[in-house]
Amino acid sequence: MDDGLDDAELERHLRQSWETPRGIWNALATVDHKIIARRYIVTAFIFLILGGLLAVAMRIQLARPEARILDPDRYNQIFTMHGSTMMFLFAVPVMEAMAIYLVPLMVGTRNIAFPRLNAFSYWIILAGGLLLWISFALDAAPDVGWFAYVPLSGPEYGSGKRADIWAQMITFTELSALAVAVEIVVTVFKQRAPGMSLDRIPLLVWSMLVMAFIVIMAMPAIMFASSTLILDRLVETQFYNPAAGGDALLWQHVFWFFGHPEVYIIFLPAAGMVSTIVATFSRRAIFGYLPLVMAFIATGILAFGLWVHHMFVVGLPRLGESFFTASSMAIAVPAGIQIFCWLATLWLGRPVFATPLLFVIGFIVTFVIGGLTGVMVASVPFDTQVHDTYFVVAHFHYVLVGGAVFPLLGAIYYWFPKMTGRMMSERLGRWAFGLIFVGFNLTFFPMHILGLLGMPRRVYTYQPDLPWGGLNLFISLSALLLVSGFLVFVIDVVRAWRSGPQAGPNPWKAATLEWATSSPPPAYNFRRIPVVDASDPLWMHPEELAVTAGQRVDRRELIVSSVVEALPEARESSPRDSIWPFWAAIATSIMLIGSIFTPWAVVWGSIPIAVCLIGWFWPKGTAEDIS
Amino acid sequence: MKRTSTLLLLASLASGCSGAQSALNAEGHAAIELKALIVGVIFVCAAVWLLVMIALVLALARRRDRDSGAISERKAAVAVSGAVGATVLVIAGLTIASFYTTRALSEATTPELTIDVTAQQWWWQFTYVGSDSAGGFVTANEIHVPVGKAVRLRLKSSDVIHSFWVPSLAGKQDLIPGRENTLTLRAERPGIYRGQCAEFCGLQHSHMALFVIAEAQADYERWAERQRGLGAEPREAEAVAGKAVFMAKQCAACHTIRGTRALGTTGPDLSHVGSRRTIAAGLLENTRGSLAAWIADPQTLKPGNNMPLVPLSSDELRQLAAYMEGLE
Repeated sequence: MDDGLDDAELERHLRQSWETPRGIWNALATVDHKIIARRYIVTAFIFLILGGLLAVAMRIQLARPEARILDPDRYNQIFTMHGSTMMFLFAVPVMEAMAIYLVPLMVGTRNIAFPRLNAFSYWIILAGGLLLWISFALDAAPDVGWFAYVPLSGPEYGSGKRADIWAQMITFTELSALAVAVEIVVTVFKQRAPGMSLDRIPLLVWSMLVMAFIVIMAMPAIMFASSTLILDRLVETQFYNPAAGGDALLWQHVFWFFGHPEVYIIFLPAAGMVSTIVATFSRRAIFGYLPLVMAFIATGILAFGLWVHHMFVVGLPRLGESFFTASSMAIAVPAGIQIFCWLATLWLGRPVFATPLLFVIGFIVTFVIGGLTGVMVASVPFDTQVHDTYFVVAHFHYVLVGGAVFPLLGAIYYWFPKMTGRMMSERLGRWAFGLIFVGFNLTFFPMHILGLLGMPRRVYTYQPDLPWGGLNLFISLSALLLVSGFLVFVIDVVRAWRSGPQAGPNPWKAATLEWATSSPPPAYNFRRIPVVDASDPLWMHPEELAVTAGQRVDRRELIVSSVVEALPEARESSPRDSIWPFWAAIATSIMLIGSIFTPWAVVWGSIPIAVCLIGWFWPKGTAEDIS
Repeated sequence: MKRTSTLLLLASLASGCSGAQSALNAEGHAAIELKALIVGVIFVCAAVWLLVMIALVLALARRRDRDSGAISERKAAVAVSGAVGATVLVIAGLTIASFYTTRALSEATTPELTIDVTAQQWWWQFTYVGSDSAGGFVTANEIHVPVGKAVRLRLKSSDVIHSFWVPSLAGKQDLIPGRENTLTLRAERPGIYRGQCAEFCGLQHSHMALFVIAEAQADYERWAERQRGLGAEPREAEAVAGKAVFMAKQCAACHTIRGTRALGTTGPDLSHVGSRRTIAAGLLENTRGSLAAWIADPQTLKPGNNMPLVPLSSDELRQLAAYMEGLE
């Protein structure tokens, strides 16, 4: 029990039970959500840089007509790798990584639910990313687009193991994403600090919760897709072969039933970040907490009703298309609610123009454009002209970069002190923002025009007599500006991590619980678990938060609370560090990679996985723990 | 009449077909309807964006020392509700506009002409379906259509998914193996309209262009009549030798030249190849020189395409090009 211990002694005990000791094996075995999340975030950003370099390569090739810098085979690998890397290895993982870091701190608990699963999910996505990038280095990367339409990706036309590698990499990210989603749902529902009832949950946590539910609903579709593709290619099933009664359109339905919600998997956490940053830098509570939560949930539900708008030119029945036009347009309403609530918060508050807020302003400017072009492509007749052209390339970069990367960069500036204990530079931050904002718009806005002028996407070159040369050259040059902005950002991160000024626990004077502990937080997150009686606890109680007492400190113990009111229900022990999730991830990777080549890998590969799982779940501990 | 269309052809060649593949250069019935919708929607959305930006600037630059918090909160609630209401109205308006355009496009018109389009990696086959009075014929990468007449395209694919798109005439439609889609075109003005495959279809997706040549009914009839007939028999000695080379080498295994022994179907029908503007799906202008260059080394010009390199002597090459050029 912690009663009667003074702070120093309490900390010593907590450190002893929660800290991961030094050493490489201990580092592989850690289950601390903060350590795992930091790795996850850094890994995701490395994939962002790699994916960005591929974009630069494409822009060099497209700067001039009939350029021969990249041959078509390499170019097709590059755009496939760019899309797959950005979607599966950067955007989704980085949002989940932010959730892994922030959610336990924001709900006031000591670790995420299922911490060993959390460790496993990181190793598994790392393995999937390495598989993809090693295949690229060996000139065997997938080359059929990140959407991998059959029959082009099927056994007849997708030669070699390229499409299999793509499908298996997808499986890695499915496993990882699904694991994290389950952890988030349980952490949010069962581990909130006493008193944090549903109407006091920070908006970021709400957005992560809805994101997790979308992952849980959408992943089965892509699991079906990647498994059936592998089966078609490896054991000659005929899911997608029309000559044998299969259907090429089945793939598109299944893929987009996952693929469209995927956009909201990326966007919703960004909306949570925006809500947090807007409130903190407006120096007031967010305007419209309830409408925002409702808008998040509505977005999550509507996300599943509009996948067909990716298929408006495949020749589906008119009535179906009309329905999907209406539902695609309807999602603009919750998006509008969010934008207006943020604007109202800024209007009512006293905005402080720190770098995180600059990125949020950049987000509003660009995301509204992306949302409006989204309304355009939701219209069937409009879409028949712009589908699969550069107009769409422009649209989704405005949505994904404008709607998710801008908030994410703002979030990195905002939470960097919490993660590292150091501040990033305001001066470099402004430069990074300015270059990225201007570079982004100069790069992507002209693509709308290119699309209307008839330039299809995914072309490795174009003929000189087509009127696209000038704009393409302009875009390629602007991309350099964008790249230089990211370079400033990376320099700032590296510099600040090594030698930035100390941040202190709450440098932005923010309201949510993660700022109630030191920066970076100790292994046990909070010395004593806070008690919450408001949605912005640190503003309500600027002096000191009420805390709980009576928790054991000689073992890893969490408070389990009720779903709605967050009333404490039980004290439960949280798993110790274990090397087994690491070995389980290795065994799983070997099985998945083996199954690219032979179905028997699934049979034999399951044995080592079973061994690892036994190690993972083997009950260990004192008699008292078990009783 | 013939002269005007020739002039037009020359004019568009001289202008380098600029704008000939653009949704904004609408010359077909459907494209004109679509352009009206596109311009209208862009205008509305630009206005919405401007309004939001004005609100953003006002929110950020508002003077903070005047009104008290409580009143503003209520004002903000009214403003937000109003804005959400306006959003619903705008969205509803755009949805209805979209439905009206769809209806306008699908108005039943009896097509005067049906063409079967078969997309392949990486070229287009067009089959003009014959009627009782006139036989059908096959061409590649280039179709002629009469101006002002509805033309129905039956879209099929023999390998992967492609997408038929001639933006100046109509929106795109996919060609999917195992399915048949249709698309109706009506060119309102004579011209040469470029189109391109819009769905990623593999290595040479970039070089899968086509041309629609819209011309007056009489010109069209004359062209079709000639296509129905057999290819001209070569007369020059060089071309006669070229025909012999064609029949002796692998060419005949993949290509058809009606009226000869060449009946291959994996490559484009070459019965009237000399009358086409371009070869290799829009890649090269159709001249004797580029024909020779293409036959000599198709893989350097269009890496990965399915035309094999057939070893030929330089004489054979010259003869073959002469024969091809003469097949008008």
